[in-house]
Amino acid sequence: MSDHVTRVVLTVRSVHFPGAVNSKFTSSLSFSRASEDDAMPTYRILDQEGRIIDQSQAPPDISTDLLLKMYKDMVTVSIMDIIMFDAQRQGRISFYMVSAGEEGIAVGSASSLTNRDPMFAQYRETGIFQYRGFTPADFMAQLFATKDDPIKGRSMPVHYGSHKHNIHAISSTLATQIPHAAGAAYAVKLQDMQNPTDERRVVACYFGEGAASEGDFHAALNIAATRSCPVLFICRNNGFAISTPTLEQYRGDGIASRGVGYGIDTIRVDGNDILAVREVTRRARELALKDGCRPVLIEAMSYRVSHHSTSDDSFAYRAKVEVEDWKRRDNPITRLRKYMESQGLWDESKEKELRSEARKQILEAYRKAEKEKHPAVANMMTDVYESVTEEQREQMEKLKKLVERYPDEYDLSGYEGGSSGLKLPGVRVG
Amino acid sequence: MVGQRLLRPAAQLLRSSPSALPRCSFQKVSAPAAASRWRTYATPSGTKEMTVRDALNEAMAEEMEKNDKVFVLGEEVAQYNGAYKVTKGLLDRFGEKRVIDSPITESGFAGLTVGAALAGLHPVCEFMTFNFAMQAIDQIINSAAKTHYMSGGIQPCNITFRGPNGFASGVGAQHSQDYSAWYGSIPGLKVVAPYSAEDAKGLLKAAIRDPNPVCVLENELLYGLSFPMSVEAQSDDFVIPFGKAKIERPGKDITIVTLSRCVGQSLVAAEILKSKYGVEAEVINLRSIKPLDVEAIVKSVKKTGHMMAVESGFPSFGVGAEIIALTAEYAFDYLDAPPIRVTGAEVPTPYAQKLEEMAFPSEQLIADYAAKLLKV
Repeated sequence: MSDHVTRVVLTVRSVHFPGAVNSKFTSSLSFSRASEDDAMPTYRILDQEGRIIDQSQAPPDISTDLLLKMYKDMVTVSIMDIIMFDAQRQGRISFYMVSAGEEGIAVGSASSLTNRDPMFAQYRETGIFQYRGFTPADFMAQLFATKDDPIKGRSMPVHYGSHKHNIHAISSTLATQIPHAAGAAYAVKLQDMQNPTDERRVVACYFGEGAASEGDFHAALNIAATRSCPVLFICRNNGFAISTPTLEQYRGDGIASRGVGYGIDTIRVDGNDILAVREVTRRARELALKDGCRPVLIEAMSYRVSHHSTSDDSFAYRAKVEVEDWKRRDNPITRLRKYMESQGLWDESKEKELRSEARKQILEAYRKAEKEKHPAVANMMTDVYESVTEEQREQMEKLKKLVERYPDEYDLSGYEGGSSGLKLPGVRVG
Repeated sequence: MVGQRLLRPAAQLLRSSPSALPRCSFQKVSAPAAASRWRTYATPSGTKEMTVRDALNEAMAEEMEKNDKVFVLGEEVAQYNGAYKVTKGLLDRFGEKRVIDSPITESGFAGLTVGAALAGLHPVCEFMTFNFAMQAIDQIINSAAKTHYMSGGIQPCNITFRGPNGFASGVGAQHSQDYSAWYGSIPGLKVVAPYSAEDAKGLLKAAIRDPNPVCVLENELLYGLSFPMSVEAQSDDFVIPFGKAKIERPGKDITIVTLSRCVGQSLVAAEILKSKYGVEAEVINLRSIKPLDVEAIVKSVKKTGHMMAVESGFPSFGVGAEIIALTAEYAFDYLDAPPIRVTGAEVPTPYAQKLEEMAFPSEQLIADYAAKLLKV
């Protein structure tokens, strides 16, 4: 090759196509493909025995109080899950979903966010509500749709939502929360620019690896990346989308590889290691607020120990022994317990006390909620619009007359205010 | 941007101004004021001519000026000034934080704007056409319309979805569908369909201010038409309340209830009826599909005894069907003859011009059916 030709080749070695500015030319033809050998590594701090793996690094910067709170929150959720799963089996509530095996992802990530950071959940993140201060009574009010339910008995069980705790109401349609989170992050960014003295916020968004097959996931990641939205996409990869195992859900290196594809800072973390989840979320939050803001994708790996929901029997598509193996092998609760025991912070008697106390409190709230009245009947019609419409008023009047004429046919004693609950609020101004 | 244009050949065609399109069968219609459609000077009375496009633009600009929570997002709304130039100049005026170009992903940007609304902003989400909003209909119905209710009233969703809807010209089945009935059937949504420039400005401003999610179903073929704007409508406080229909033409012999572009066609048909049969038709422009002004319809039917619904959607389960059902429920005793509907044909909109013409109501068809109903 002459000098002249070499020079020409050198000068055009990299291309400036608008769609790939730094792509280099090559004359070797090969297709790119992620292989199992170069799968993205999974970050962890603790091993399965709860020991710190890399002793050379500073120990996790976390107070004993917080460590205990995180542990108690995980245990409380797991106990409530068992009780409420049974309650559904007994026909006391219509539906339930447990988070067994995934408590660490919810609680660990929530512990690195401020309480003002808005959250969008899927449905297997009871831990975030627990961490932000939901009491057993708060959970039971929603599960039994009592008069104290802030969402007025309008949603299925486990579709919690709380304005006070900055957690948006849960939507059953899969993955819709992901673009919402990107949009809320954009709003938060604008609001924080308008109020520079306030502490800056990010938005956290949870979803499963199955939901990541929905178009909304792809749309949301692309738009969050291009609009630089400060949002943490937290994927719980628990191995199953109802009955579909990940092997049939996707090819390629999990959900994490997609984040990289969208130009999003991405990390994979061991979801059974709550300290790793906490640390990763803390760093992701810093990253999301850096410079002009950006989204971050966290793929938290775990195993769905439970059935998908009370409507599912997972032993129809996976061996019971596999589940039992996982339960024994690894679990976010036992791993943190082992770590705390090694630090002299926990022992069997404290464990027993915590479990019996949590159980007692949950059952108390359960029994109370079960007897509690449902929201007043007028709640059936309010909030369809910001203000009650004339048609709704007419319909409520007719309903009231009907109920009053046939009291034996319409027993409203289980609803707050009985038949006087058939009253719509007055005309609101503005 | 180049890619976007290549991917949407039909939308590209739609971008050129209506008058530049070779097929004019639909343009000859509509505004009685169309004779002066290119003039925009003020008249002695203070009324001004304005296109529907400019009225929509003015509505958004005024609301963005008034409230910094309002922003516009959609495909090509910023740099390109909007596929139909409705957002022209907004980027220069309000900057890229409030006039935002989205990647091509209706479910994504509709979801993003719903999320922004749930977080307290007041987004205006532009769809290049409502045909493409089918990709995002889950976000509009399951998320925007239901969240306020399902959250127990704690999460208002103040969002405006807007864009052209209904029949267009020469763009085939996937670009010419009317979604009035689809959105009109959803509790939690409000739905309006402007006809004139005043409608466009007043209804869009009301939609942006309304705390509920609102679909503003515009029509592409109306964008370039000019209408008189009253002094009142020129004010930046002008809004049209939802659920109030407008009598565009008073009459005593037959009530024609219609919406969007069919209002213009019905007005022309009314003139035909008058000159040919001496019949006075009352033309009601619904303006708002949900809530619907039943009172206005009943009042008119009491006077005329004859009712005809005119719309461009498919016949089954449509706006016309709803209007006739309501008339039967509330005004049956005042009817002298069974009510009828004139609608689009029960076929996906054909591309070939002559077939397309036959797939939608024409002025003559409306007049003929009215004459048949009146037995004149």
